[in-house]
Amino acid sequence: MPKREDLKSILVIGSGPIVIGQACEFDYSGTQACRVLREEGIRVILINSNPATIMTDPEFADATYIEPITPEFVEKVIAQERPDALLATLGGQTALNAAIQMHEAGVLEKYGVELIGASIDAIQKGENRESFKAVVETLPKEWGAESAKSVICHTMQECLDGVDGLGGYPVVVRPSFTMGGSGSGLAYNEEDLHRIAGSGLALSPTTEVLLEESILGWKEYELEVMRDTADNVVIVCSIENLDPMGVHTGDSITVAPAMTLTDVEYQRLRDISIGIIREVGVDTGGCNIQFAVNPEDGRIIVIEMNPRVSRSSALASKATGFPIAKIAAKVAIGYTLDEIPNDITQETPASFEPTLDYVVVKVPRFAFEKFPAADATLTTHMKSVGEAMAIGRNFTEALQKALRSLERPDAAFDWRKEWVDLDKDALLREISVPHDGRLKKVMDAIRAGATPEEIFDATKIDPWFVDQLALINEIAVELTSARELSPVLLRRAKRHGFSDAQIGKIRGLTEEVVRGVRHALGVRPVYKTVDTCAAEFSAKTPYHYSSYDEETEVEPRTKPAVLILGSGPNRIGQGIEFDYSCVHAALALSEVGYETIMVNCNPETVSTDYDTSDRLYFEPLTLEDVLEIVHAEQQAGPVVGVIVQLGGQTPLGLAAGLEAADVPIVGTQPSAIDLAEERGAFAKVLADADLPAPKHGMATSFTRAREIAEEIGYPVLVRPSYVLGGRGMEIVYDEGTLKDYIGRATEISSERPVLVDRFLDDAIEIDVDALYDGTDLFLGGVMEHIEEAGVHSGDSACALPPITLGEAEVERIRASTEAIAKGVGVRGLINIQFALSSDILYVIEANPRASRTVPFVSKATATPLAKAAARLMLGESIAELRAAGVLPASGDGGKLPDNAPIAVKEAVMPFNRFRTYEGRYVDTLLGPEMRSTGEVMGFDAGFGTAFAKSQAGAQNGLPTSGKVFVSVANRDKRHMIFPVKRLADLGFEILATSGTAVVLARNGVTATVIRKLNEEPLPGQARSTIVDKIHEQDVQLIINTPHGVTSGGSPRIDGYEIRTAAVAEGIPCITTVQGLAAAVQGIEALIEGKIGVKSLQDWGRIVTEGRSA
Amino acid sequence: MTTTEAILVLEDGRVFRGESFGAVGETIGEIVFSTGMTGYQETLTDPSYKGQIVAMTAPHIGNTGVNDEDFESRRIWVDGYIVRDPARVRSNWRSNRSLDDELAAQDVVGISGIDTRALTRHLRERGAMRGGISSTTTDVEALLARVTAAPGMKGANFLADVTTDETYVVPAVGDKRLTVAAIDFGIKGMTPRRMAERGIEVHVMPATATYEEITAISPDGVFMSNGPGDPATTDHVTAVLKQVLAARIPYFGICLGNQVFGRALDLGTYKLVYGHRGINQPVQDLTTGKVEITAHNHGFAVDAPIEGTFETPYGPGRVTHVCLNDNVVEGLALLDQPAFSVQYHPEAAAGPHDAAYLFDRFVDLMTSSTSKAGA
Repeated sequence: MPKREDLKSILVIGSGPIVIGQACEFDYSGTQACRVLREEGIRVILINSNPATIMTDPEFADATYIEPITPEFVEKVIAQERPDALLATLGGQTALNAAIQMHEAGVLEKYGVELIGASIDAIQKGENRESFKAVVETLPKEWGAESAKSVICHTMQECLDGVDGLGGYPVVVRPSFTMGGSGSGLAYNEEDLHRIAGSGLALSPTTEVLLEESILGWKEYELEVMRDTADNVVIVCSIENLDPMGVHTGDSITVAPAMTLTDVEYQRLRDISIGIIREVGVDTGGCNIQFAVNPEDGRIIVIEMNPRVSRSSALASKATGFPIAKIAAKVAIGYTLDEIPNDITQETPASFEPTLDYVVVKVPRFAFEKFPAADATLTTHMKSVGEAMAIGRNFTEALQKALRSLERPDAAFDWRKEWVDLDKDALLREISVPHDGRLKKVMDAIRAGATPEEIFDATKIDPWFVDQLALINEIAVELTSARELSPVLLRRAKRHGFSDAQIGKIRGLTEEVVRGVRHALGVRPVYKTVDTCAAEFSAKTPYHYSSYDEETEVEPRTKPAVLILGSGPNRIGQGIEFDYSCVHAALALSEVGYETIMVNCNPETVSTDYDTSDRLYFEPLTLEDVLEIVHAEQQAGPVVGVIVQLGGQTPLGLAAGLEAADVPIVGTQPSAIDLAEERGAFAKVLADADLPAPKHGMATSFTRAREIAEEIGYPVLVRPSYVLGGRGMEIVYDEGTLKDYIGRATEISSERPVLVDRFLDDAIEIDVDALYDGTDLFLGGVMEHIEEAGVHSGDSACALPPITLGEAEVERIRASTEAIAKGVGVRGLINIQFALSSDILYVIEANPRASRTVPFVSKATATPLAKAAARLMLGESIAELRAAGVLPASGDGGKLPDNAPIAVKEAVMPFNRFRTYEGRYVDTLLGPEMRSTGEVMGFDAGFGTAFAKSQAGAQNGLPTSGKVFVSVANRDKRHMIFPVKRLADLGFEILATSGTAVVLARNGVTATVIRKLNEEPLPGQARSTIVDKIHEQDVQLIINTPHGVTSGGSPRIDGYEIRTAAVAEGIPCITTVQGLAAAVQGIEALIEGKIGVKSLQDWGRIVTEGRSA
Repeated sequence: MTTTEAILVLEDGRVFRGESFGAVGETIGEIVFSTGMTGYQETLTDPSYKGQIVAMTAPHIGNTGVNDEDFESRRIWVDGYIVRDPARVRSNWRSNRSLDDELAAQDVVGISGIDTRALTRHLRERGAMRGGISSTTTDVEALLARVTAAPGMKGANFLADVTTDETYVVPAVGDKRLTVAAIDFGIKGMTPRRMAERGIEVHVMPATATYEEITAISPDGVFMSNGPGDPATTDHVTAVLKQVLAARIPYFGICLGNQVFGRALDLGTYKLVYGHRGINQPVQDLTTGKVEITAHNHGFAVDAPIEGTFETPYGPGRVTHVCLNDNVVEGLALLDQPAFSVQYHPEAAAGPHDAAYLFDRFVDLMTSSTSKAGA
């Protein structure tokens, strides 16, 4: 069946900000969908609030709406664009939920918009547990598909009553219609049940949870299924979880293809999957189905299905070379699978099932260090923030590559001699509870002499996997005891994934020495190809991975090549924003005649789509792996150099090693990178340019830190050196807290000093992204933070253009930026943070690389900064780029036309994903350590509306009426009077704690006094506390700034209770006075009514015309 | 770990060095590759692999061991086995013993640890070819000489090796509805089982069965199975099939049974460059347009026009199924009489069950006297 001709325009819904459980995999799928639909001549309309995505680049859709994905805004877009159809299966749970809401509100019917991909009926059948169970029951009995015994509950009493029918505790609690397993968990007793089911009922949009029999420890599998309008169905990939049931798939180590199923069992899962997709009625596109298999007898339980493209789909696409989202988009518009060619072979059709001649391993990356109070046990509730994938010719190679791809020094297996005293029993106890890093403990248990049976009993990890770990350990033992590194031994170790660094540690050699020996012995990797067909047909797409095998498949080439190093697994502080810049570089350099070669190991990203660059190496971003790729490509043809400044700190950290190995770095040179990163050198750059920095010092002991702090005056900002994302950074107000900090920062030593900076209270923080070519500066954008200095820039909302800075201040910023760029020796991008305090512009720090804000700035100013940067690095000048039309002919991001829109970036925090060991939410206070996972952009003509949109796009929109609760620290009381008064004037009822209420009353604002948690009620006062009110949803907005010294220390219990209750109930909670002022402007804009929507393309035209006017 | 070295030598002189797997010894055969990621036990015991040394493209083989239930015939038939990473332990609740032990017990010589992808690419570019594995000599030249002296697959006939000596009956499951004479060219165990599940009593007969022996059981239909070797050597069974067709007895053929059907219809057969061996092959049913994912194991194919119909001694025939990867003929049918066949494996062991409907078609052909084949 050919393409449907009746679909002229399609609305695609993206997935919004990056959150745990929904990351950049939906940028990958959405980008593919947009590309495909446009190639088919369809007008593509896109809505997504996330500016860091490639899909929201103006060239990927005909009309791009960076607007909140809420029913209100989606309807506005539909009303304005009148699309023929809505494609909601590629934007994760967010898009699917939006589609359901649109349907339920009658919007789709009203505007005659057809839902394509999956019907409402199919979505509900697939997602509603009861109807899905019914689906499973329709399958032929001989297939043996069962559902876990379960009961649906709408109240806590129903939950308590349901447990017996399931065979007692433990029981699994799963809320309906939440993403990433949000709110689910395992209850071992009644107390657990109260806690987990209670929050689950609150989280579920339908106040519904499912209680289920426990299938903890069963084998877990997932099949990716694709169906077309002609009912052709293929299985794209099977995935086996190394971590058995009990750990969310997103937090599990997963392996493709399935490793421990016979064909009989695999075909049964396949039959069930096909039966389910047909019965659910996913007409076109992809879905995934999860299974649990009892290792004792093979009993199969169908856990769930997602009637949409998912995180696993992205993984499966990268693992097989079968682009699920792209094919899903094609079948959604009418093509059948046999009409779609397989991109990789180009000669065979997409109606086949990929077969792998390699093994793929995905490992999750966690961020528990950012949430020290959070319970780090892995459960059915996803907690990881990113993942790395690796490909090898066998499991051991893939696993070890994946572990080193995590870029955590402690992630890879380690056989250091000092670790010989391992306590087997303690280790067995430890590994019986899944947690981040468990696999390494399993390896330690093996070293400690645990038998495979003991490991299996403790972990239920399949014996085959346990044996593979044992094999790795045996090789480590061989390496330890061998008299010398023979070629045979070295090759054997490399075939099982040992890195030069690991071998070096075992042998007491440096990584460089091992590499030297290895090269001298001629032991080098070859590069194989991901080709969907195990070499049955020739591959046209150079999608490579390394292996220590015999034959390489890297083709010679003639065009000069540029390697672009990606940013690795997503983590807090380094995510999709860096992938965005890497993808732009690939696109830009390909346009000007280079062969682009991408290196990355993050399966979620657009950069690891084989369509993005000319060649893709799916490899760990370590020095060893990158050097080998450079070598292979130098054998293949000319290599101009390597780009290290776009992928964040990861590639930047490789720059020195690459340079030492004579690999050319393009753009800013490693020596310049050092100038900016090394404290003393940077201070000199600033001094030479006569630029002030906050007073600071570097301490290697508490005594020294105390001296420095006394000298420069409290409060001080303390942090370890060389960090990204403000890791371990705290504001310290007195000596006691300083001592406490140093005590906790155990890593302090002469190699690992602690930096002590004067903290600028009440300063305005400013972020700048700029381009520099050695002569000219192009100020990309000047962003003014809404929160005060002290909140990490990644967590702070900001506005562009800066809303309170005048032209003179921007000119000062420009001059300072130019002086630093010149002093450091930047060629390409630089990001600088300034703080404006008492009219002094302090330089906080400079990063000679693409920053997190590059995509935001590019979109807000209609200027492709990353593309321009890539071309600057390869030798073009800013003047040439202006002439070529890449950069505007005149002006820059510091000088925007008066009618340019205001863009507000707001961070999205993961607080609702983390619980403490006691089962409470972690605190939500913002501080100098970055903890946000993503961001949204609010875009409009004025600040108020732009801010309101940014809040609606982040988790909780601003209210326009109702009750506001105010409780602020003493130092904030003066600043809150005016905005709170304004809220009262706007008709809000003000609630306040006694202290705050008194101040408000003196200023003519009547506030109802609400009891604090620890106060006895006054005579006549209601008994309910503010926390009760929050739980009763009787408050619409909360303003609560931290009392006293907080960020690292212990917040006062009351504020904590209030803030965590707000997280639990999804009520907006503002924790800074600056945020309050912005919120008031936003609320005013909302009350004034008519907030419109405008496409990025339309805004771009306004900016461009304004520039030339 | 002690390992025995082994070498693999191809007839064009390419050499791979690895370790011995399974039995220690030497073997020579046609080297082919199979791309199935699951189902090694079924593959090994598929008689169609007689005369061939099979290389698995999936690196990890043996993970689930060997069980007593998934044999497709009474023994392993491959003449040699090539894998990259054999399992050291077996893990499956149905497993009875390890693959390594099973290969050794059945005296199957194998090699492990070689770059199987390089081998696959080599065979893809140059075609399936003779080769030898040895774990008893490291003398490449001597082995090469023995390889080049060995006969090739063209003209090879292994039916006498693989067929049953005597007729045996697989009873119908439940009520018996029909009787089928199944001619065994190396029939896989799943095939009679699939028929029996549909109420068919299956009489599995030797390849030497005569038309008279077949009709003696008054079958409702005749079936010819998969099997090894060059279809051009199947004169006897082709002659028998011609008699079956002349008598308008309903016919269904699989694999070699498809090629014999082709020959009975006066079509030619030819050897594919490297064959189809795997469980992910897209086949389109030209009568419905639907695509099924199917299991394949064939090195030869029938030469027939894909479009339109062609004349046969039994009225017009047509191609019913085609492989979408390379347009190889995968199914044939007569239009005016109840006879059809497919080149691939609807019994699917190993492999997907998408084509199981073909057994239903066979039942329909036999039960409805007015129906037409291939409809």
